[in-house]
Amino acid sequence: MAIAIILIVLVVGSVVFHFMSPWYFTEIASNWTAIDTTVTITFIVCGVVFVAANLFMAYCIIKYRNKDKNQRADYEPENKKLEGWLTAITTVGVVAMLAPGLIVWGKFVSPPENAAIVEVVGQQWQWSFRFPGKDGQLGTTDSRKISIDNPFGMNDEDPYGQDDILIEGNEVHIPKGLPIKFLLRSKDVLHNFTVPQFRVKMDLVPGMVTWQWLTPTRVGTFEILCEELCGIGHHTMRGKVTVVEEEQFNTWLAQQPTYAMLAARTAGNAQAGQAQYQICAACHGVQGEGNQMLNAPKLSGQEDWYLKRQLTYFRDGIRGSNPEDVLGQQMAPMAAGLVNDVLIDDLAAYIQTLPDEPAEPTVHGDVDNGQQLYITCGKCHGRQGEGRWAVNAPRLAGMSDWYLAAQLRNFKQGIRGAHPQDATGRQMESMVLSLDDEKINDLIAYINTF
Amino acid sequence: MAHVALADKEQELAHPKTWIGMYVWSQDHKIIGIQYIITATAVGVIALILSGLMRLQLGFPGVFDFIQPDEYYQAVTMHGMIMIVFMLTAFFLGGFGNVLVPLMCGARDMAFPYMNMLSYWVYLLSVIVVCASFFVPEGPTGAGWTLYPPQAITEGTPGADWGIICMTVSLGLFVVAFTMGGLNYVTTAFQARTRGMTLMRMPLSVWGIIMATILGLLAFPALLVSVIMMTLDKTLDTSFFMPAISSLGENLSHEGGSPILFQHLFWFFGHPEVYIVALPAFGIVSDLISTHARKNIFGYRMMVWAIVAIGGLSFIVWAHHMYVSGMNPYFGFFFATTTLIIAVPTAIKVYNWVLTLWRGNIHLTVPMLFAIGFIFTFIHGGITGLFLGNVVVDVPLSDTYFVVGHFHMVMGVSPFLVVFGGIYHWFPLLTGRMLNDAMGKIHFWLTFLGTYAIYLPMHYIGILGVPRRYYANGTTEFLPDSVHAANFSITIAALVVAAAQFLFLINIFWSLFKGRKSPRNPWRATTIEWQTPDYPPKHGNWGKELPVVHRWAYSYSVPGAKEDFIPQNEPPSKYTRGEGEV
Repeated sequence: MAIAIILIVLVVGSVVFHFMSPWYFTEIASNWTAIDTTVTITFIVCGVVFVAANLFMAYCIIKYRNKDKNQRADYEPENKKLEGWLTAITTVGVVAMLAPGLIVWGKFVSPPENAAIVEVVGQQWQWSFRFPGKDGQLGTTDSRKISIDNPFGMNDEDPYGQDDILIEGNEVHIPKGLPIKFLLRSKDVLHNFTVPQFRVKMDLVPGMVTWQWLTPTRVGTFEILCEELCGIGHHTMRGKVTVVEEEQFNTWLAQQPTYAMLAARTAGNAQAGQAQYQICAACHGVQGEGNQMLNAPKLSGQEDWYLKRQLTYFRDGIRGSNPEDVLGQQMAPMAAGLVNDVLIDDLAAYIQTLPDEPAEPTVHGDVDNGQQLYITCGKCHGRQGEGRWAVNAPRLAGMSDWYLAAQLRNFKQGIRGAHPQDATGRQMESMVLSLDDEKINDLIAYINTF
Repeated sequence: MAHVALADKEQELAHPKTWIGMYVWSQDHKIIGIQYIITATAVGVIALILSGLMRLQLGFPGVFDFIQPDEYYQAVTMHGMIMIVFMLTAFFLGGFGNVLVPLMCGARDMAFPYMNMLSYWVYLLSVIVVCASFFVPEGPTGAGWTLYPPQAITEGTPGADWGIICMTVSLGLFVVAFTMGGLNYVTTAFQARTRGMTLMRMPLSVWGIIMATILGLLAFPALLVSVIMMTLDKTLDTSFFMPAISSLGENLSHEGGSPILFQHLFWFFGHPEVYIVALPAFGIVSDLISTHARKNIFGYRMMVWAIVAIGGLSFIVWAHHMYVSGMNPYFGFFFATTTLIIAVPTAIKVYNWVLTLWRGNIHLTVPMLFAIGFIFTFIHGGITGLFLGNVVVDVPLSDTYFVVGHFHMVMGVSPFLVVFGGIYHWFPLLTGRMLNDAMGKIHFWLTFLGTYAIYLPMHYIGILGVPRRYYANGTTEFLPDSVHAANFSITIAALVVAAAQFLFLINIFWSLFKGRKSPRNPWRATTIEWQTPDYPPKHGNWGKELPVVHRWAYSYSVPGAKEDFIPQNEPPSKYTRGEGEV
């Protein structure tokens, strides 16, 4: 008897939960309202079956449960008429769901001819984007051409590629009200381009170009998530898509660099950088060897792309602006003088010329435990802590270990990586969730063995 | 027609004299079944603990410092693969299949007892290899149970060197083991039935098990070739599934392979696999409901044809797992249609279970509670399958917690409730003792209500957009704080459900030694496994002579009969016309 009552409670409870729970689709921001409608139809048809079948079962249990010894069940091997009716009704219900579904799918597979093209490039664990530029044609790419200087793998001989607009960060703008066909390309493994508010999603598959289309209908900034397991940083593979009015979009697009502009970038001038380095040397040392007394980490041997990005962050207030980041706040005004990117390039180029002596270990811990913990870290930072430009992971080996420990604590406490524009810092933040002080020491002790 | 000579091969059975011969290198199908059950339960406990680790991380992000991202993804992967392949498939077919098929068909043993024994030992080897991956450098693979390349074999995934090799090797061994066992179950059911046991008199348990076995024999080769090809891609740098890629900044030497080819092969196995787990559950639950409601299963012939139809259709729906995989989207029309067609025979099965209760004489025993629980969870999991099968509805829900909720309801909770119901039902047949009723009821209530508390909210946070396989949601703007509250409460429910399973294990051990002695045929069932001359049945099952079957398996509450059940092997008399001669 209890089971019958519980079944009724579960059915009623589920229906109440459906209407009362705070969780349902996010407010839609694309033309795919028809998807929401088919979901609603499916909920109605399935909801009726769920309620009817379970309540009937509860009724049977109450009415026909064994009450006395002489009770007998009916003997009725089959009932063709009843079975026929039930089959027919089920078929009608299935058609009621399938037919509208297939009609909407028909729209899904036919992107409008005039849809604007935006390429979405996925890689472990970040997004980048490419627009076709003035000629309206994307240039060809080749995964074997991918390198630190050509992260998109652009084919430099292809004239169509020269004016392509490359967005290297995780954020992209798109215009409201125009159909957009996203071409999806992956450099390494499967990914999935999902913006919950757009409803549609599609995998990125290395070796081929997939696509999906939509028309944004609402201005706003929406989160991009990867929804196909893509390795250890899967949950950190985030981006942002900002839907703006067409006019604003055009202004934004005009400010973005083309492939030709990026390819023409010249390397920093180390000699010019040397002059600027005099200020830095006061704390970081003449050889960039670092000085723990002054809380200045070792710079020599660090990769230039990382130095450039951190200098830019300090200059732009992305790093060192958190009131709890006492040391970062000391650095921020120092970087304020680097008013243009050329100065930063020069400085980074000079630091590359400094002799790279491994820093003295100062942190001690359980190396074996650290080795176990480092499995996760090694996926990005390299098995020997050498750093990997492709995943924005700086070198760890031979750098100031006390500084690494301090930064891990900052990430863990949200002091670093919390700034909305610090996308890579945010990734790091969600990788170090489970580290405590002791584990940090173990980890660094292991890194010191490289 | 059944070949009685094959069923009755008393002379050929090896009757060992030593303890090791009887219980270790045994060729008795019942012992082999129990060996399968014990091994599958042991790995099931491991997989249960892994799910607990995942839930601890999701419910209390960052609190438990022993769960780093690599361990989380490894737990996700190993939990899924162990539960689906090494636990449920092995339990239903190796466990229930071994114990029930010869007994219910009236055979003395499996058709090929020696091969049957080999099947178990190779299965054990595959389990050892998969468990060994916990101890190799970097630990087991964290590629997700679907093992999609390139990710499964590239640097950015935990266990991409040793772990994945252990996994592919153990799957290969499992397929070998399954093939040796599966050929046995099918041959026994088709060729070794006793006199009078026509196909349309077979209990639905046997129908479910052999249909699932046939699916397995046809589907597992696709898994075997895909893991072999992936192993070659990993070790010899072939390019079956590997296009030219730049992995973490390094250009790998592969070129020209197709990651989607792997997905087609995987799901050509993977979708029938769902029914390899579901069909035995369908069959067994039909017999539980009929026996404990004292009523013939409603629409037996429809039930048989539904099993066959579902089995057949299950081979042409696989790409509904791939709607957003980047395959040609026009496939969506075909696969959505076939997938929703499969709902019709499946719905008929549900109707017939409920209609069996209708006008029945329902005894709310522990096996019956599990059977009723199964109907509820299966209805729930079945209709959410209609969401995901209907291509355009799948798009927003794909890869979210809606999918996690759906497949756990339909192929996690539902089959497990049947496994439990089946154990409570047949435990006396194998041990001569009953399981403790009070502990059984607590086990049922905690499991049934607990799992619903776990999986119902998952569907809704999935609709909201919470992605599956995330170590942490981090700061995600569209997710309100209430999502964390949901994750917290799901974790609490999961811990309660996990604890309830240990109560079940305690019940097994306690009842094995202290349980109430079971009378013969305690559930007053018609099927012939309960009518053996020795109780519990001995090696060879039938003593001197094989039983002769006179009727179908569902002669419950036949009008005019003295008892409310007539065993299949009871000779016809004036009270029992040849009823049910279908």
